[in-house]
Amino acid sequence: MSSDKLTIKQKFDRWMIKHGRVLVIGIPYFWLFLFFLVPFLIVLKISFSMAEYAQPPYSALFAWIDEGVTITLNFGNYLFLLSDSLYATAYLNSIRIAAISTIITLLIGYPMAYGIARARGSMRSVLLMLVILPFWTSFLIRVYAWIGILDREGLINAFLMWTGIITEPLIMRQTEFAVYVGIVYTYLPFMILPLYSTLEKMDISLIEAAMDLGCKPWQAFVKVTLPLSLPGILAGSLLVFIPAVGEFVIPELLGGPNTLMIGRTLWNEFFANRDWPIASAVAIAMLIFLVVPIMWFQHIQTKQEEREQ
Amino acid sequence: MSGKRSTFLISALVFGFAFLYVPILLVIVYSFNEGKLVTVWAGFSTKWYVSLFNNDGMIDAAWNSLRIGVMSATLALALGTPAGLVMSRFGRFKGRTLFSGMIAAPLVMPEVITGLSLLLLFVTLEQLIGWPAGRGLSTITIAHTTFCAAYVAVVVQSRLSGMDISVEEAAMDLGAKPGKIFFVITLPMILPALMAGWLLSFTLSLDDLVIASFVAGPGSTTLPMKVFSSVRLGVSPEINALATLIILAVSILIVIASILILRSERLRNRAANGGAEAT
Repeated sequence: MSSDKLTIKQKFDRWMIKHGRVLVIGIPYFWLFLFFLVPFLIVLKISFSMAEYAQPPYSALFAWIDEGVTITLNFGNYLFLLSDSLYATAYLNSIRIAAISTIITLLIGYPMAYGIARARGSMRSVLLMLVILPFWTSFLIRVYAWIGILDREGLINAFLMWTGIITEPLIMRQTEFAVYVGIVYTYLPFMILPLYSTLEKMDISLIEAAMDLGCKPWQAFVKVTLPLSLPGILAGSLLVFIPAVGEFVIPELLGGPNTLMIGRTLWNEFFANRDWPIASAVAIAMLIFLVVPIMWFQHIQTKQEEREQ
Repeated sequence: MSGKRSTFLISALVFGFAFLYVPILLVIVYSFNEGKLVTVWAGFSTKWYVSLFNNDGMIDAAWNSLRIGVMSATLALALGTPAGLVMSRFGRFKGRTLFSGMIAAPLVMPEVITGLSLLLLFVTLEQLIGWPAGRGLSTITIAHTTFCAAYVAVVVQSRLSGMDISVEEAAMDLGAKPGKIFFVITLPMILPALMAGWLLSFTLSLDDLVIASFVAGPGSTTLPMKVFSSVRLGVSPEINALATLIILAVSILIVIASILILRSERLRNRAANGGAEAT
């Protein structure tokens, strides 16, 4: 075969070597760009439009008037978010509920992770498996399980009435308490796993050394174990806090009508009020005051870890 | 370890696992309850399973969910694997920061925002170019693929960064083409991560209520949407039966998957040890 005449396969190979890299980067890049980044620009656009009884229900932002494009920016939606205290309350409520549930999850998850990390080999993998298993079962069904337990005619009330401790059923579902239970329950595995992986890597001789040097067990825990497991605490807390703060299903199914959370507010603006521009404005506000700080924090975290290594 | 402390740890574990499992067990137990009330045990019965299988709306929704799950998990694998490869093996290129941002962001994005933004995209696209004509299974699949691809990319990336690069470099030195290196060396080595990524995507897709509700159209109700609308009103024994079946299916899948992963790791270890003994 002469060297100047290439077969189709060789041509293809050459082309792939030259352009393969661009292709491998390009395809996922294009997909994420089109279906992840562009949508936010559209949300931003619609947040500046006005609600209309039309299909789709918002006014056009760009209009052809006198052979030129006029852009009508309407800041009314954002002013409305500021003037109605409902939105600020929902935002602050979300942060408060997510923070408190994260702390409760940490308090329950830490001893569990510690216990698993100190368990013997085969027992350890069984326990880990038991932590992971609920995570794979339907989230909606795990939330649903608590409806039957916390309801007015639920299992806890039935049991307590049967024993005679109470005569009137306790109101547990449709309260903030139920929301805490729901969040802690569904996100507990997310807390245990990162805690376990830092605790498992920890050198136990450090604690023994601390005890040999006269530390009481709790002192050894506070001075050695706790600081060393800080990365796990941080990672676990973020994994619980981030999804909890934008949560819709748990406050909707377990919380009462007064349990305002920002994700639920957005949902109601969109589905119940059919006000797309206000829903978009809520989304942009959430993005700026919630997602951007979280991503910035994570960015700093990874930078710091890289520097430490 | 002192005795007092291990007693504390054991009781923490017992309490914790009871907290995790008692609600699930109760759902399973009450799926066999003859009566409709959770509080009253009216005798053993499988009638709720029968009525579940006769509920056409529920069966259709389950079928929709399965199809969307398989399609979006497969597409997410096809998109997420190159994305993870790019992040861990391709070094610097123009737009890398944006790329890594677009992979990290879906993981922290509240579902309501992702759902709303994708819906508005689909509506705008329909106005501009007439595609997608109406919303349905395809729009839900696109939405799920997008956020699942980010999860796959992260799984693949972390697997690749924990993996020895020298084998790939050796193949390259011996003149193998990049494509061949990927399919002959890299792909088999990251196979467990790909399996985990696919399963994760499938479960996330099967589980998603919020995003699907935004981008669904008439006639494309998914299982979580169906469950949500009937659960909103309170406990329903049919949902208990459905939950039991889901829990059963997931447990079987997880056990099979972990056996497969264990076996492949054992094989690899044996191969590695065998190679070490031979030299």
